[in-house]
Amino acid sequence: MSDVQHHRLIILGSGPAGYTAAVYAARANLNPVVITGMQAGGQLTTTTDVDNWPGDVEGLQGPALMERMQKHAERFDTQIVFDHINTVKLDARPFELIGDSATYTCDALIIATGASARYLGLNSEEAFMGKGVSACATCDGFFYRGQKVAVIGGGNTALEEALYLSNIAEHVTMVHRRGEFRGEKILQDKVREKAETGNITVEWHHELDEVVGDDMGVNGIRIRDNRSDDIKQVDVTGCFIAIGHTPNTDIFKGQLDMEGGYIKVRSGLDGNATATSIPGVFAAGDVMDHVYRQAVTSAGTGCMAALDAERYLDHLAATEATKETEDAPA
Amino acid sequence: MSENIAVVTDASFDTDVKQSSVPVLVDYWAEWCGPCKMIAPVLEEVASDYAGRLKIAKLNVDENPGTPPKFGIRGIPTLMLFKDGEVAATKVGALSKAQLSDFLDQHLA
Repeated sequence: MSDVQHHRLIILGSGPAGYTAAVYAARANLNPVVITGMQAGGQLTTTTDVDNWPGDVEGLQGPALMERMQKHAERFDTQIVFDHINTVKLDARPFELIGDSATYTCDALIIATGASARYLGLNSEEAFMGKGVSACATCDGFFYRGQKVAVIGGGNTALEEALYLSNIAEHVTMVHRRGEFRGEKILQDKVREKAETGNITVEWHHELDEVVGDDMGVNGIRIRDNRSDDIKQVDVTGCFIAIGHTPNTDIFKGQLDMEGGYIKVRSGLDGNATATSIPGVFAAGDVMDHVYRQAVTSAGTGCMAALDAERYLDHLAATEATKETEDAPA
Repeated sequence: MSENIAVVTDASFDTDVKQSSVPVLVDYWAEWCGPCKMIAPVLEEVASDYAGRLKIAKLNVDENPGTPPKFGIRGIPTLMLFKDGEVAATKVGALSKAQLSDFLDQHLA
């Protein structure tokens, strides 16, 4: 625990933003260090088909894409550290990061810690976690072969999970609080097709009220019609929660300016767009974006953060060189 | 994989886990499970930290369909701690080394 490692640039997070920042920073000879966090590879490691990554015409698997990004970062000698940072101190220089395995310091920091699946916060939801409640269809779908399951939500994640599960489970009930989906049109069409001819049912204007079950796990969900408040029960053995994401910013609270839990960046037309409220700290990817949240937009802001960090470090080096000249005895 | 981590199967579960004299942490996992891969390095480190006090055993749910239903496993990764052949505690989902150490210290004491 006592060893402190100093690096010029540390990148926190190993999703598309983190690895893209690493590729650019490494090619700028900044010798970046990526600290992966708990979910090495990020959210794409729990998805299946990625059909909108430009250049991969036939699509590819999320985990495979992230393995390729990691290899790409490693090709330019990025050091990748498997650690999870629990505390950061951004009010002093160098910045200090305290992880499970070591303490790190750096002159510039790129935060690309992403977002994690959000839960509704029901007691029954927590009680049945791993016993029928899940936020990862590709991890847990396996256990529901030939069974009935529900997917809660109406965005891209919910649509993808419902389609994935419809190939494994006997039947999928989608529970969505609105009257229309929010996800990509192509995914909406696929779900609609399965709803007409296949094994998906959509419960529009419904919300999850309670997960029900016994010692053996989940055996149903109670859903409420948010127009009439009528409650009905649906028999399922699995309930997949896909209602959105929460940014992973807890360790930065009170240190960086935020809005709704997301890190605020400078943005705008004058460059330095990924700068946070502390000079030398930059943010990229889902941690500073609750609107676009795509692999390719995250990669884009990761690239921007690396370029911004490079400029910052160049400026820092120039200032220090000037200072040394001034301090030198005549 | 480190020498401190054993591979268990449906066939060896009774001998390796239930009849073990030291507590056993069973990791239910599969090749296609992203979060399972994430905790693999955490388990490696914990295995050496707790060597002699705890055995860590990996059970591939794809290749061993018999054991998971006996313990109501419906999601992976699931970590299940066995003491004297009985389930002492269960942890579902990926976790950091600090979280896993806390969990183990709490139940191994």
